[in-house]
Amino acid sequence: MNQFVNLPDANGLFGSFGGRFVAETLMPLILELQDEYTAAKNDPEFQRQLAYFQGDYVGRPSPLYFAERLTEHFGGASIYLKREELNHTGAHKINNCIGQVLLAKQMGKKRIIAETGAGMHGVATATVAARFGLPCVIYMGATDIERQQPNVFRMKLLGAEIVPVTSGTGTLKDAMNEALRDWVTNVDDTFYIIGTVAGPHPYPAMVRDFQAVIGHETRTQMIEKQGRLPDSLVACVGGGSNAMGLFYPFINDPAVKMIGVEAGGKGVKSGLHAASLNGGTPGVLHGNRTYLLQNEDGQITDAHSISAGLDYPGIGPEHAWLYEQGRVEYVSATDDEALEAFQICCRQEGIIPALETAHALAEVAKRAPTLPREHLMVVNLSGRGDKDMMSVAHHLGDKFGVKNR
Amino acid sequence: MTTTRLERCFAALKQQNRPALVSYLTAGDPDAETSRRLLHGLPEAGVDIIELGMPFSDPMADGPAIQKAALRALEGGQTQAKTLEMVRSFREQNSTTPIVLMGYYNPIYCYGVERFLTDAAKAGIDGLIVVDLPPEHDEELCQPAAKHGIDFIRLATPTTDAKRLPKVLGNASGFIYYVSVAGVTGGSAPTPERLESAVRELREHTELPIAVGFGIRTAEQAATIGRFSDAVVVGSALVDCIEHANTPDEAVERVHGLVSELAESVRACRKASERQAC
Repeated sequence: MNQFVNLPDANGLFGSFGGRFVAETLMPLILELQDEYTAAKNDPEFQRQLAYFQGDYVGRPSPLYFAERLTEHFGGASIYLKREELNHTGAHKINNCIGQVLLAKQMGKKRIIAETGAGMHGVATATVAARFGLPCVIYMGATDIERQQPNVFRMKLLGAEIVPVTSGTGTLKDAMNEALRDWVTNVDDTFYIIGTVAGPHPYPAMVRDFQAVIGHETRTQMIEKQGRLPDSLVACVGGGSNAMGLFYPFINDPAVKMIGVEAGGKGVKSGLHAASLNGGTPGVLHGNRTYLLQNEDGQITDAHSISAGLDYPGIGPEHAWLYEQGRVEYVSATDDEALEAFQICCRQEGIIPALETAHALAEVAKRAPTLPREHLMVVNLSGRGDKDMMSVAHHLGDKFGVKNR
Repeated sequence: MTTTRLERCFAALKQQNRPALVSYLTAGDPDAETSRRLLHGLPEAGVDIIELGMPFSDPMADGPAIQKAALRALEGGQTQAKTLEMVRSFREQNSTTPIVLMGYYNPIYCYGVERFLTDAAKAGIDGLIVVDLPPEHDEELCQPAAKHGIDFIRLATPTTDAKRLPKVLGNASGFIYYVSVAGVTGGSAPTPERLESAVRELREHTELPIAVGFGIRTAEQAATIGRFSDAVVVGSALVDCIEHANTPDEAVERVHGLVSELAESVRACRKASERQAC
């Protein structure tokens, strides 16, 4: 089973996925980043600082909470929620941002850039940039700015400059293109904090490692509570950082089943979705080879999801590898299924999840009832849903007597 | 040993003691027919080497001008197959002007690397510039292209340091494309002094001709840079002509007009500098 844990190889490859498909201008920096990151992994002082900020600033460890009412509601498996939404800034994104900003400081970089979709990574990046006193520019699709206003305001409060991206469709992939263009232009002084397990090597491995704190804690916490490992792990997958973070520490435990939930939009068959594995083909974009939504001529097509954070036509390369190896099962949940699960979680547990997270809960709704109570199922509650109030009001407004605008 | 079109082209220019004018246009921009007319008229207008862009939906290394060109072409239905067909039809009338396809890896990867190289060689394509394939990925396309007799033109940039340069030059062929500034296409103009020393340094490590591109818009700039480089690449300025034209005829006229100006300037640039030196 070691085939899974020792990847990527020296060239950043997970099987045939991953790699460093970037312009020559970026290559020297990417190689330097790889060296710096390798050194940091083995540097006790770096690890001490990381642990300090994870604890006192982010608020880790996040609880592993037994969701008694959800368990009763579905009437099957025992459901545990890994409460990443309780982290500072309200999602798992900050785990990675803290790690990368420490690296940026170490490398002497003077400026931070990032892309964001739903705005959670943008907020987390703006937060750590403020904390470490670095100027910060966030690229965000114009379409996403419209549907994620609260996060736009948060980023501005935190001192970040928001650059609306109107090229392409004005969503996450276009924001990433624009961030890459900024990076190539300001390569000397700028650190690009990529928000997910994608991009050129070493980003997929580095982001995974920073997020793996989720899985490491879950492992310890479940052993404390139940004296054994969980039976299954469920997480939503856009780029796939919260899922990789939860899965990776269990990847060599064949008894632990892992389920990644892609955004099915209006349904994978409709063509209007963001399910790169279930509805895409291999290709090369944003520095890595992975599964992409694209036409037969290799032009990237638009993703569709109710959740801005999953609205990306690709997925991290390690997921593509785990998919082809069959180690992780990848399913999808539609917009409607996610909205339904969103409401169930609100009503049963008093927790308003992010719409991204609601996709994972939608899979729980399908799977948990078929399993016995002894089955221990962990769901990554990757983010809180405050940012989604406008979207949800738009979709469910009538039901709650909220006026649709 | 047979020589390639690119070798013959650079050898002839050396005889004339002048740099090559390399033009960039995106295939299918603004539409298939206009793009065909633009392409066919380039040699007569004074272009020595043609760079033809393969449009891609997500051109990460390009500025707004070429981004928009790619979108115009894709909206007009341009495909990889149509781009290859354009070159094939061009070759029926012109067997001397080298054509280099420029773009991103994904459309080639999805077309199928072997199939693409076979079709490209058949169409009469001389070289490839693929922005997102650094030497670390030479086994993807660079090495297979060599087997098909297609040059793989490598980009060297201001961030390519001495330690890395041998790797960049390792499997390079055709010519070296020196990216004048760290940035995207169509950006600000580089300073000639810095460029000249960068090109001089490159020459110590390669026998291949050196082209300079990114940010070169005017005849004056082309002349200055053409004094010390083997080729000058102009792209965004030509693509802008298409964007600003009201009709296809006007686009053709403007593009070929600017090309003529640039051509005149690169033809005179070393003579002018000799006169100055006297």
